[in-house]
Amino acid sequence: MNWGSLDNFLAMGGYAFYVWGSYLVTLGLLVAEMVALAQRRRRLLGELRGRTGVREEQL
Amino acid sequence: MSDGFNWFKYSSPQTFFPLAGKLAAVFAVAAAIACAAGIYIGFFVAPTDAQQGEAYRIIFIHVPAAWMSMFLYVVMAFWAGLGLAFNTRLSGMMASALAPTGALFTFLALWTGSLWGKPTWGTWWVWDARLTSELILLFLYFGFMALQAAIDDKRRADKAGAVLALVGVVNVPIIYFSVKWWNTLHQGASINFTKAPSMAATMFTGMVVMALGFWFYSIAAALLRARCIMLEREHATEWAVEYVKGLVRNDGVSPGLKGV
Repeated sequence: MNWGSLDNFLAMGGYAFYVWGSYLVTLGLLVAEMVALAQRRRRLLGELRGRTGVREEQL
Repeated sequence: MSDGFNWFKYSSPQTFFPLAGKLAAVFAVAAAIACAAGIYIGFFVAPTDAQQGEAYRIIFIHVPAAWMSMFLYVVMAFWAGLGLAFNTRLSGMMASALAPTGALFTFLALWTGSLWGKPTWGTWWVWDARLTSELILLFLYFGFMALQAAIDDKRRADKAGAVLALVGVVNVPIIYFSVKWWNTLHQGASINFTKAPSMAATMFTGMVVMALGFWFYSIAAALLRARCIMLEREHATEWAVEYVKGLVRNDGVSPGLKGV
């Protein structure tokens, strides 16, 4: 597929809003899910560390 | 098993936890590669559609997202049913881990479908059989998550969720065959097992590669979430305590994302 120029590519034959609206929202949500999972894990481990009562000096 | 590999070894959280971490990393990388390849094929190899122009390129996420929305529901119901039948605690965790990712792909199928419907059908939404049953699927995912969140006892939450998931599974064939059973605005199935694909081979390839990417992504996301759920539910058990202690030892100050 030869788009000719970046402008042509971005214009998507006049359907830019629909095509990029689909792709960007998909990308955004997938990235957001991964970030949310990483945060959930970090927060959880922070809590659990407090609960296990592990301190640096005990190690 | 003749080779002596014991699959049941991984049916308990403490042995599955480290395996899930390794698998999640592998599948995340595979997902990134497949999605990049799918996007490349979708935008630079597949030709412009004769009828729809460039608008059709939404197909490369719309169809894979719709497939995943149904497939993940069936997998979720399978795990839920397994938990209900055999009372295995990991099964319920897997079902819970799949629900948000399934809901995400259901939303994306509806969202991209809407953005595709406007330029091709002239409307964002229509209450026809395909779209309505897909919307019901989204509500089934939400219902499953809300029901589980509302019950404090996690084992009871798993059981209640499993019943809902299993009852709701009847909706999946309704979605799939809706375009055949009812007269709908939505076009027929993109892939037909009895007929040759009616689209260009490169379009078909792009869609399949993208679907693989979404599939790998779903596996990675579900496994990462399952790891969180395992730790949340079993934080008081010996394996979980040892795991957290091990992270603190390696990490010094705070357990960050190391030791995945």
